[in-house]
Amino acid sequence: MPFMRNLITMVFVLGLAGSAWAVAVDKPMDDPVLEARARVIHKQLRCLVCQNQSIEDSNASLARDLRILVRDRIEAGDSDDETIRYIVDRYGDWVLLKPPVKSGTIFLWLGPVLFLALAVIFIFLWYRRRQTPVAAVNAPLSHDEQARLKSILDNGDRG
Amino acid sequence: MSIEANDPNSEETPRRIWLRMVPLAVALLIGGFLFVGLNLRPKEIPSVLIGKDVPTFDLPALPGRPKGLKSADLKGQVSLVNVFASWCVSCRAEHPLFMKLKAQNIVPVHGLNYKDEGPAAIGWLQRYGDPYDRVGADLNGRVGIDWGVYGVPETFLISAEGRIVCKHIGPVMERDLQEKLLPAITALQKGGTAKC
Repeated sequence: MPFMRNLITMVFVLGLAGSAWAVAVDKPMDDPVLEARARVIHKQLRCLVCQNQSIEDSNASLARDLRILVRDRIEAGDSDDETIRYIVDRYGDWVLLKPPVKSGTIFLWLGPVLFLALAVIFIFLWYRRRQTPVAAVNAPLSHDEQARLKSILDNGDRG
Repeated sequence: MSIEANDPNSEETPRRIWLRMVPLAVALLIGGFLFVGLNLRPKEIPSVLIGKDVPTFDLPALPGRPKGLKSADLKGQVSLVNVFASWCVSCRAEHPLFMKLKAQNIVPVHGLNYKDEGPAAIGWLQRYGDPYDRVGADLNGRVGIDWGVYGVPETFLISAEGRIVCKHIGPVMERDLQEKLLPAITALQKGGTAKC
């Protein structure tokens, strides 16, 4: 019985894997060099319907239309940048999986560095604060402290 | 010895109190972000075409229906362009509203029939009513892409100069019409500017 169950599970899992392969089945370009360029661009463009997939990965109908459009632009002689520009002119920077560096996105790009810097500063301050009392304990007593210690030892009581 | 002297909290410095506030501050910060996030609509991607001329296009009419749709048709008066399809379920939800707009004769509504089949689109209009002045058949969806369409229905408000003033994503509901579109339409028709 466990064997049968494993077999069924395996068939099921492999069946699912098969559907993943079936996504990008549209007609490739005749020239493999151009097709390779198109594929690279497909991976950089975000699918508008499913939002966190590239149009290469998405099987939404719009994603397919955009894949074909990219191929058509390349076929027409557009450079990679021109092709991407063409889509961005219609859908905005939003379609770029890697957003461009500009005033509106500067925090997005510098954010991680900023947080890392804050963390380093925080850890540094934290560490230094923990060090201070230890240093204070090891330091020799000042004149005042020695005088007070002496008076306490002599009198057996404070002051 | 008093209890106070044994209490480690009694030697609390202002700095330590400040440190105790850190978790609260972090919680408030995250809470603030989440609260703002509640009202965001990530599915609605703002159009980059707002304020720009309508794309250049020339679409044929649906079979058996006069008047296709092209860029030049959108100049001369304020109009709405509604992207629809017979396969689009939520288009049915907004359809009665466009029928009402047509009956009231406030603003011409043009249709952009997106990736549909001619007979199916005609059948749909016969069944639910035809509120459109002109309808362009965008069979392969290329003109839709030029308009930045990514979901149907979408509705564009076009100024008399043929410029895209605003874009409504998803079905237009009574409230969208009353609070967003109609005020803008009225302002534009009076020769003013509008934003929405």
